[in-house]
Amino acid sequence: MNATQTLVALWTLVLKEIKRFTRIWPQTLLPPSITMAMYFIIFGNLIGSRIGEMDGYSYMDFIVPGLIMMSVITNSYSNVASSFFSNKFQRSVEELMVSPMPNWVILSGFILGGMARGLGVGLIVTLVSLFFTRLTIEHPLLTVLVVVLTSALFSLGGFINALLANKFDDISIVPTFILTPLTYLGGVFYSISMLPNFWQGVSMLNPILYMVNVFRYGFLGVSDIPVVWALAAIFAFIIVLFFAALTMLERGKGIRS
Amino acid sequence: MAEPALSIRGLTKVYGNGFQALKGIDLDVQQGDFFALLGPNGAGKSTTLGVVCSLVQKSEGKVSIFGIDIDKDFAKAKYQLGVVPQEFNFNQFEKVIDIVLAQAGYYGMTRREALPRAEQLLRDLGLWDKRNGNARMLSGGMKRRLMIARALMHRPKLLILDEPTAGVDIELRRSMWEYMRRINQDEGTTIILTTHYLEEAESLCRNIAIINHGEIVRNTSVRELLAELNTETFLLDLAEPVTAPPVIDGFEIAQIEPSQLSIVIQRGQQLNDVFSALSEQGVRVVSMRNRANRLEEMFVSMVEAGNKAIDERTQAEAQA
Repeated sequence: MNATQTLVALWTLVLKEIKRFTRIWPQTLLPPSITMAMYFIIFGNLIGSRIGEMDGYSYMDFIVPGLIMMSVITNSYSNVASSFFSNKFQRSVEELMVSPMPNWVILSGFILGGMARGLGVGLIVTLVSLFFTRLTIEHPLLTVLVVVLTSALFSLGGFINALLANKFDDISIVPTFILTPLTYLGGVFYSISMLPNFWQGVSMLNPILYMVNVFRYGFLGVSDIPVVWALAAIFAFIIVLFFAALTMLERGKGIRS
Repeated sequence: MAEPALSIRGLTKVYGNGFQALKGIDLDVQQGDFFALLGPNGAGKSTTLGVVCSLVQKSEGKVSIFGIDIDKDFAKAKYQLGVVPQEFNFNQFEKVIDIVLAQAGYYGMTRREALPRAEQLLRDLGLWDKRNGNARMLSGGMKRRLMIARALMHRPKLLILDEPTAGVDIELRRSMWEYMRRINQDEGTTIILTTHYLEEAESLCRNIAIINHGEIVRNTSVRELLAELNTETFLLDLAEPVTAPPVIDGFEIAQIEPSQLSIVIQRGQQLNDVFSALSEQGVRVVSMRNRANRLEEMFVSMVEAGNKAIDERTQAEAQA
């Protein structure tokens, strides 16, 4: 394929992915906005007013970046996991396999599709948060960079999950038993400085903590951990997962007999 | 001589569980041919075609499409190839038009290039009125035609049809045959067909390969294969029932029903002799037809011979 054909193929796949999740918007776009509105009302307003300040900010201001990031992570992951697995399940993945599209284009198409949903939901949640607080963004470029990289990283995770999955249960195990606990324990609702030293150390092993903290740093200018380290970790994870996913795709893992 | 549309040499496939689906097959399909790949279920047809279109990883061997080695430049080879699989493999929740346009996009065709092509194919295949409907709302026959339209979007020179008329009613099947003939004859598209309807292969194909237990047991022209038939069985419907089958010297006659006989005609024997003899015995025939399609008889005998040979080999190995 020449460069133009490659771009056409990539755009076709991305557009198809965007059409998929917008077609079923009551399942994909609406629930996160309602769930997050509940978080803002209950944790931010009702309980948050009794908690007082966290790291020098109102509790509502503290949790908004974390909740946006939580939406981006779960939606990026689940979009790619469910879309690619459905393609496998319905065998429509064969449309891609018989085509001359290079594997990196197939992978990138699904990742960009996942990012489109993750970032779209992130934007919706951000708009919802404006009903509850006045958002200020201290470092806009860093904020955008972190949310885009995080979305890419979890889209890649969702892709690998779907490649390895043999049944629908397999694509819900990771989000339910790994992703959700790590997100809740990743400093979305609290500062890890509140934890005893031992649990602070344990928390540092949680990759989501880095993403939430850097994202919060972009909004508020405060972080529990060094920003550069966090960015480096996200980059490293993206590179490792991208090549892992590409290698599995080249070998036909889970899709070619 | 032009490169074959498909050339396969020493193709072997051993699945992860140790099952050897293909045992080093060699096969050539010439450009412009209408070629049938036949075999019983599990013989290796779909595995062979799966390797050609990259859905199955080969264990050994070489495959070239129009002279392009798939190990060297599979992407280039795939441009020549259109695939209509045995099972529906499109997203049932998408619109018909979106399915064909997306496929064109995967081959690098812009929407502007793809739209007129999609319209032409969907009109030719009677799907244009359904273009904005969900694919899952289509009937089985329409879904098959959708897969044909999708496979032809990028104008492939080699079209692989894996049981394209399975579950399709007779009228629709005939119209699909007509369409396949047209793209083969008018557009010069090479077609490889697998089917369980041997009448379909006999009617459409010029050349044929029969695969059984992962080996090509026959590769010849349909005409040559049919010329090898030594016998043909006819069914005769009688005006009145008979109590016992008539006896005619040199002919094997059996009674199927009180008013129906079967008769085996050997090569060189004349049907006229049968009718004269029956007439002399007061038996009146009202209609006659082949008991089975001729190719089917040949196919069944070859597969049975192959199965028998394998059984004998297995027994011999067990005794040793």
